[in-house]
Amino acid sequence: MLFWTIIKVALKSLLANKLRTILAMLGIIIGVGAVISMLAMGAGAQKQVLERISAMGTNLLIIRPGQHGSHGVTSGSRQNLTVDDATAILKIKGVFQIAPVVQGSAQAKYFNLNSRVAVVGSSPTYFTARNFDIGRGRSFTEGEVDSMMRVAVLGPTTVENLFQDEDPLGQTIKVNGINFQVVGVTKAKGDQGWFNPDDQAIVPYTTAMKQLFGLDYLREIDIQAVDGVDLTKLQEDITSLLRQRHRLQPEAQDDFNIRNQAEMIATATNVIQTFTFLLGGIASISLLVGGIGIMNIMLVTVTERTREIGIRKAIGAKNRDIMLQFLIEAIVLSGLGGLIGIALGVGGASIIAKLSQFKPFVRLPSVLLALSFAAAVGIFFGYYPARRAALLDPIEALRYE
Amino acid sequence: MENIEKTYKMGGVDIRALDGISFDIDDGEMPAIMGPSGSGKSTLMHIIGCLDHADAGRYILAGEDVSRLSPNQLAEIRNRRIGFVFQTFNLLARMNALENVELPLLYAGNDHAKAQAEEALKIVGLADRMTHEPNQLSGGQRQRVAIARAIVTNPTIILADEPTGNLDTKTGDEILALFRELNRQGRTVIVVTHEPDVARQCGRQIHLRDGRIVPYDKKVGA
Repeated sequence: MLFWTIIKVALKSLLANKLRTILAMLGIIIGVGAVISMLAMGAGAQKQVLERISAMGTNLLIIRPGQHGSHGVTSGSRQNLTVDDATAILKIKGVFQIAPVVQGSAQAKYFNLNSRVAVVGSSPTYFTARNFDIGRGRSFTEGEVDSMMRVAVLGPTTVENLFQDEDPLGQTIKVNGINFQVVGVTKAKGDQGWFNPDDQAIVPYTTAMKQLFGLDYLREIDIQAVDGVDLTKLQEDITSLLRQRHRLQPEAQDDFNIRNQAEMIATATNVIQTFTFLLGGIASISLLVGGIGIMNIMLVTVTERTREIGIRKAIGAKNRDIMLQFLIEAIVLSGLGGLIGIALGVGGASIIAKLSQFKPFVRLPSVLLALSFAAAVGIFFGYYPARRAALLDPIEALRYE
Repeated sequence: MENIEKTYKMGGVDIRALDGISFDIDDGEMPAIMGPSGSGKSTLMHIIGCLDHADAGRYILAGEDVSRLSPNQLAEIRNRRIGFVFQTFNLLARMNALENVELPLLYAGNDHAKAQAEEALKIVGLADRMTHEPNQLSGGQRQRVAIARAIVTNPTIILADEPTGNLDTKTGDEILALFRELNRQGRTVIVVTHEPDVARQCGRQIHLRDGRIVPYDKKVGA
């Protein structure tokens, strides 16, 4: 029998029992929909986290002081990273530039408007290492750092809070009562969740340490490596330099820790992939249940249509013809369910994208995977009922009431 | 030339549905196979119709020994050489008359299924009912569709199993008249029935009892 005729017959018999067809497909629809939206959420999360990590800068190593404490109880950061440490690191091969960083919170004031901002004290290299672009004005210079000038580069949110519609460039603001001249404004980077890089004031670290906060140690040292340098190797070099500078005994633990951007990406990707597999795995169980539903309905259909099978055999249908007819019916059932499930999964993903700032991301391979999985379920669970139909004895089948 | 001869036992150890039967049916004949229920009539019909094998013996249909063919080969023989007409019509409910008649041709892989099916429906007088579904047709019309389906592949034998059993006398007579007409055109028609009235309209009668052929003369005398 011609292939398209079989498909036509299959569609016709599925249409004859619309409610049953829809119920039989429901399991596959939900299964495929769940698999696709779960994979989309995983892909979306991965993309977002990678974007956030690379927004921090590229080829970045961040050194922070270690924690005080013993026996696993921590009690605040040590105060042992110095500007001299930073200068020494700059001499290591493979280091492109460094930015010493101190951080604090302060009250910023412009006439009658004031706002609590994060104050970052650093060097001009901070802007390139951390991927800040200057939107207007300029960044401060090494000279201004060396001579402890009171200049500030503000984030766009801070500008909005303090100046509203006024032009901030060249104006003087008070930070903790000390006058700073605004020399530039950074471009917006977007809220990162745990902190907002657009709501801070960046000033020379010398000024911040001596005049604002009265500190003689650093909060962190940002190191940007030369492109193509092995970050893990560089991390080892820095570790041994700092251990030597801090005079640590060989058995002593590091009194600082270094975060490697490549490692952060790998860790985040790993965690997200694990979750995606877990969720996808749970979702594919519903696909399996959907397959069993299809097998159930196909067995009922075969029993119900025993007489039809007898008639078809009497007028010359071969076992293969009958087998193909019911197998195709099962595949059409699961394939159609798969298509509806894809629509549902993509639709669900875009609804999640609309309702939250989280952006699921439907990838073509995951759609193809789900669809071929659905078709495979149809073949696998349709085979047994179809075989049963094909092997029916024509005489018995014709007698069946 | 047609030459059917069969001798066989059937039904395993216990029941001998057919206990050594031999006969010939010639091309263009219209015999009736008669007998009470339990006589082996249905079993014989299944074997003639190639729905089943005989346990022993030979069945030669149109010069071809079909006694030991595989199920798929038998399906092909049924498709090409035999047209079935059943008591309960056995049309497929979800298909219209034309699609029902087309079906055997589709299984045969015929490219001109539609034209031939239309031709067969004209022969049985249903040219104006082609797109009706079986439940829109009367019993007589349904049986005509079934007959059209039986003759559409131009088979060697038309095998009718109680073709008038579900019809009133008048419609039944019309159906029988149609069979006689088809027979006159040279087709072999075998009618299985337990109604003497029906059998009388056929060319000759083969009587079965307890799996054996009972001589025709004796039966007439009884």
